[in-house]
Amino acid sequence: MIFNDYNPLEDKIFRVIDNDGKVINKEYMPNLDDETIIQAYKHMLFFRTADEMAVSFQRQGRMYTYPPCVGHEAIHAAAGMNMREQDWLVPAFREVGIMLLKGVTMKEIFLYYMGNEEGSNFKKANHVTPISISIGSQYLHATGIGYSVKYQKKDEIVFTSIGDGGTSEGDFSEALNFGGNWKVPVIYTIQNNQYAISVPVKNQTNAINLAVKSVGFGIPGVKVDGNDFFAMYAIYKEAVEYAKAGKGAVLIEALTYRKGAHTTSDDPTKYRTKEEELEWSKTDPMLRLKKYMDHKGIWKENEEELIEKYKLEVDKQFVEAENMPPYKLDDVFQHMYVDMPDDLRKQKADYEQFLTWKESKR
Amino acid sequence: MSVMTIVQAINNALDIKLEEDKTVIIYGEDAGVEGGVFRVTEGLQKKHGEERVFDAPIAESAIVGTALGMAMSGLRPVVELQFDGFSYPAFNQIISNVSRMNNRSRGMYKAPMVIRFPYGGGINALEHHSESPEALYSHIPGLKVVVPSTPHDAKGLMIAAIESGDPVIFMEPKRIYRAIKQEVSDDKFSIPIGKAKVLTEGTDVTVVAFGAMIRECQKALVMAKEAGISVELIDLRTIYPLDKETIVNSIKKTGKIVIVAEAPTSFSVGGELMAIANEEAFLYLEAPPKRVMGFDTIVPLAKGEPLYMISPDRIFYEIERTVKF
Repeated sequence: MIFNDYNPLEDKIFRVIDNDGKVINKEYMPNLDDETIIQAYKHMLFFRTADEMAVSFQRQGRMYTYPPCVGHEAIHAAAGMNMREQDWLVPAFREVGIMLLKGVTMKEIFLYYMGNEEGSNFKKANHVTPISISIGSQYLHATGIGYSVKYQKKDEIVFTSIGDGGTSEGDFSEALNFGGNWKVPVIYTIQNNQYAISVPVKNQTNAINLAVKSVGFGIPGVKVDGNDFFAMYAIYKEAVEYAKAGKGAVLIEALTYRKGAHTTSDDPTKYRTKEEELEWSKTDPMLRLKKYMDHKGIWKENEEELIEKYKLEVDKQFVEAENMPPYKLDDVFQHMYVDMPDDLRKQKADYEQFLTWKESKR
Repeated sequence: MSVMTIVQAINNALDIKLEEDKTVIIYGEDAGVEGGVFRVTEGLQKKHGEERVFDAPIAESAIVGTALGMAMSGLRPVVELQFDGFSYPAFNQIISNVSRMNNRSRGMYKAPMVIRFPYGGGINALEHHSESPEALYSHIPGLKVVVPSTPHDAKGLMIAAIESGDPVIFMEPKRIYRAIKQEVSDDKFSIPIGKAKVLTEGTDVTVVAFGAMIRECQKALVMAKEAGISVELIDLRTIYPLDKETIVNSIKKTGKIVIVAEAPTSFSVGGELMAIANEEAFLYLEAPPKRVMGFDTIVPLAKGEPLYMISPDRIFYEIERTVKF
């Protein structure tokens, strides 16, 4: 078991391929056919293309903000490829790739960052909860969902995710404590991308790594090279089997690097060096998977053409999001309550009266 | 019919819902084996099993946050927070998630859940055990806030709260948990959330209160009657949504309103009721609305608590001053 062989107390890191895409850990190399590996790379390519376009749409002033996921592609592809339709995804906000593989559309992501709650109403995605901005709080929701599926004896596994900064929140520890105690089928991931906005992970904790936090809560934990698609795939596969066997929750620290800014409002040049960025760029998850495929001679696609195709698709979805009907007064009120209080009805009616007056003055 | 205290009536409501609806789950600190520090859930674990009624580790944010997850995935959790002052560690989950999930997901994920806690002073308790935070929760869009004052209402409102599609903060008047006994139907019944009740009809002044203050008001009403003052006493029963109609109709009749509550006066339910009196019954007011409420201070510990708590004679004193204005 990977969880046994890579003890976070010894600060071991689980890795399958090196930066040159060479397999350095045959024992744990997942048994994937070429087609699946190619598909994984295509997913990652789509994520990165969509991500870069999202940033550019924001720069054009067509979207308010966006949290770039560039650099996180291996984690997202591996998680998404290990999830079934009935499994739950309880995201924070830097999980766009996983969300896409669960059936969320870029149109919905764009809508959300254009400032429309309709972007959290994932019409084609099953069991994906809305983006969670309140840091760490989603870990508890995932834990409750885990209790729920266990109690209802459903064959469903819950995936949730947090950033390195989020591990300092009380809700992180409370969730692992409850989840461990309740033995829920929840896979807790930490996407350790080295920074919480500007604060480096060394300023978050004195722990030797973040996976080690699992020890105090009595659940397995492991530190994984999050830029190594095969390592991430293997660990998720093992975590899924562990959950299916009814053994409970696990904690996965996926080590990566946030290549972009925290959000489009952030400027990383204020707090990190070009040298550091360059050093991490050698570990880029797409570069490594590509090198692996090149060694094996299985990548025969024209990457430029693929990117162009993806761009057209993303662009189409962006335009659809831009062309959503205008936000109505109803949209402000209608989902506050299942059973709307009279006060709210009256506040809405009063405003409608004002609108009628305003219209009459035009 | 059985004679029940508020504790027994809530226990009975929970028992009925556990029996008829397998999605109802109850947990909280000491809520399992012991049945809660006030024994509200006593016997329920034994009857319905450890999977459905259980002790939670001590972490209020987690109790509420996990309950939201359960509510989003098909269950109807009823969670107990041990005391009013211990609801604050869960504040972020309540305000940032529980109250908003329906709106955030455009109705895809709802939060049918009940957060119960005993509230209020007058029991000589430690710090954090005597507070009345109804205004804090009533101010949050997306929540409903319920406070019963009798065993009958406690049962009917608890059943309505569990069946509500919206999250409900259910504040239980711990001071009168066992002080009032009443004949309550053994059958299932519910009382609609958002409806106040006129307890005593009167013509000279409207007194509005809720929870444990109802009993104090009833004592003041005896004094008022002796003084020849006819008081209309209204029990709010639900703080949000507030039953404005009942209050406004009463003010239109009496022309005067006195509001009684334990919480600090400023920015309170009392303030809201005064605003309603002004907005909806301005031309009917014959005296300034009056708040008989707590000081804007911390509830003192036991030695000083009697100075803080609203006594019947103080209520009578303000009723008489308002009537004589």
